[in-house]
Amino acid sequence: MMRLSLPVLTPLAVLGLATMLTWVERRLLGLWQDRYGPNRVGPGGVFQAVADGVKLLFKQDWVPPFADRGVFVLAPAIGMMTVLLSFAVIPFTAMGGIAGGMNVGLLFILAMMGLGVYAVVLAGWASNSKYALLGGMRAAAQMISYEVFMGVSLLGVVMAAGSFSLRDIVAAQGRVWFVIPQCLGFCVFMLAGIAETHRLPFDLPEGENELGAGFHTEYSGLKFGMFFIAEYAGIILVSALVTTLYLGGGLGPVLPAAVWFTLKTCGMVMFFILLRAALPRPRYDQLMALGWKILLPLSLLNVMATGTIMMLRATTP
Amino acid sequence: MLDTLRTLFLTFRHAFYRRATVQYPEQQPYLPPRYRGRIILSRDPDGAERCVACNLCAVACPVDCISLQKVEADGRWYPQYFRINFSRCIFCGFCEEACPTYAIQLTPDFEMSEYSRPNLVYEKEDLLISGTGKYPDYSFYHVSGIPIPGKDRGASERERPPVDIHSLLP
Amino acid sequence: MHALALLSAGIAFVGAIMVITRRVAVHAVLYLVVTLLAVAMVLALLGAAFAAMLEIIIYAGAIMVLFVFVVMMLNSGQPDAAREGEWLRPRAWAGPGVLAGLLCGELLYAATPFSGHAWPLAPLTARDVGLGLFGHYVLMVELASFLLLAGLISALHIGRNRVEDR
Repeated sequence: MMRLSLPVLTPLAVLGLATMLTWVERRLLGLWQDRYGPNRVGPGGVFQAVADGVKLLFKQDWVPPFADRGVFVLAPAIGMMTVLLSFAVIPFTAMGGIAGGMNVGLLFILAMMGLGVYAVVLAGWASNSKYALLGGMRAAAQMISYEVFMGVSLLGVVMAAGSFSLRDIVAAQGRVWFVIPQCLGFCVFMLAGIAETHRLPFDLPEGENELGAGFHTEYSGLKFGMFFIAEYAGIILVSALVTTLYLGGGLGPVLPAAVWFTLKTCGMVMFFILLRAALPRPRYDQLMALGWKILLPLSLLNVMATGTIMMLRATTP
Repeated sequence: MLDTLRTLFLTFRHAFYRRATVQYPEQQPYLPPRYRGRIILSRDPDGAERCVACNLCAVACPVDCISLQKVEADGRWYPQYFRINFSRCIFCGFCEEACPTYAIQLTPDFEMSEYSRPNLVYEKEDLLISGTGKYPDYSFYHVSGIPIPGKDRGASERERPPVDIHSLLP
Repeated sequence: MHALALLSAGIAFVGAIMVITRRVAVHAVLYLVVTLLAVAMVLALLGAAFAAMLEIIIYAGAIMVLFVFVVMMLNSGQPDAAREGEWLRPRAWAGPGVLAGLLCGELLYAATPFSGHAWPLAPLTARDVGLGLFGHYVLMVELASFLLLAGLISALHIGRNRVEDR
């Protein structure tokens, strides 16, 4: 029963949470900007997400005549699918989620994130309009660059745990969470995670005030909604990954693993929203310079330091 | 880097600040009496219309939203119709300043939204109130020198009787 | 397992044919991505999950995105399409097609996927790959790294900002 229900329930739960997150984010932004945010629909505004969803559902499903129809429809589906597939290998519980024990779990997530680039790039191309194209090009360059640092920063964790399996990585954090020995990798991974989900402050592919809405300028209705939900699911994914890789996953005293995992993930999600509330968007060249000139050397340094320490540990009794 | 962390901390501290939002329909903000909101036409203490249809408000209006037509009855001037198009009005208050008789006044009320635009054109019946507005004791025909039925020339407040130019007496 | 592997291989085959017949470059690249994914699937079924994931990350996730990136910026119009149509004449593809078919037959004969005796391979882990790369094949890795370094230096040289030279 458990084996069958988990693969069905997890995507549904992720979609529901991502939808709710749109409301949570707006309320939290309101809190940090001395205002309320949506608080009219239902108690405290909880049904705002439902109202928005219904609105998007009933909008005309419009494909611009100048767009490349097939690719235009395919792009949001790719974005949604890659994010949802990534959740398969996240070990929510001690048992390890759907496929938390997969021996290349971390690589699977990196692969899915790599494919997720297509959603944005193809949306930008298929829209066949200049702002969307600019957004897609920015997305391609940004996400390819940050994928590199993301992968390299994760190497430290993989070396310390000795496995690509996320369940083993959680198990390896029994004594001390990786956020302390791998703090450099943690910082790099966080920044790369934000860039990879093209969230504020690194939302240059969208860049509302310079590109209209970037890659999804031409999208409306449910197709836009899919991009939107995929972005929020991406936030949850990156938060869950940070929790799994650096904050000990479900490890913690007294409470069951699932509760600890949820608490830590929620904390990370709130931190991402705080970043949005506080920080302005950098210029495009600043983003690239930050990546290649600071984060790449830092992550390589992290790998080198981890390797050196591991070698010294292994050689000295 | 440190600046970024400081920004994050300062923003986080705002979670414990008072919210600036006024929850409007439940929580009405205080509007001072001289707030420039919906325009009304006031009446004399006697109950007659104050407006003398001098057209000064229509001239002063920068967006030309006031339109009226003068008629005369018993030596008094009245607006035959008095029309304000609130879909054009910018609530600048120039009409109130221009009015020589305190007839046109702005009030602290702004809740006048409509679903259809023609409903925002207010006629004289919609504009006239039964009171005197901000100037309770003022009555234009009691201080001006114009004779009306029941008040001859020279009978106004602080007005001397008219000089009889046919008399030789000083 | 056999059925899954054959399905993936079939998808890879069809995808590869679509890559060379599509007129719109982005569509061709998309079919190439599908082909790579199918190949990765075959690798995973053969027990080389690590190689499969690297195939997706590096080829499908990074290199193909660069392809799309470049194709997006090239505004290929009617003349290009006409020229590509010319390349698709039988005279042009018959030779390579025959050779590729021969290779394919040879590969099928050598691999003999239906014999079944070597099927349940031990899963190849990252550790095995690492040991292989830096043990048995270390010379190849070093040679490849030379090549990459040369490429890196040339890229740096070409991309250098030569404002002061002018």
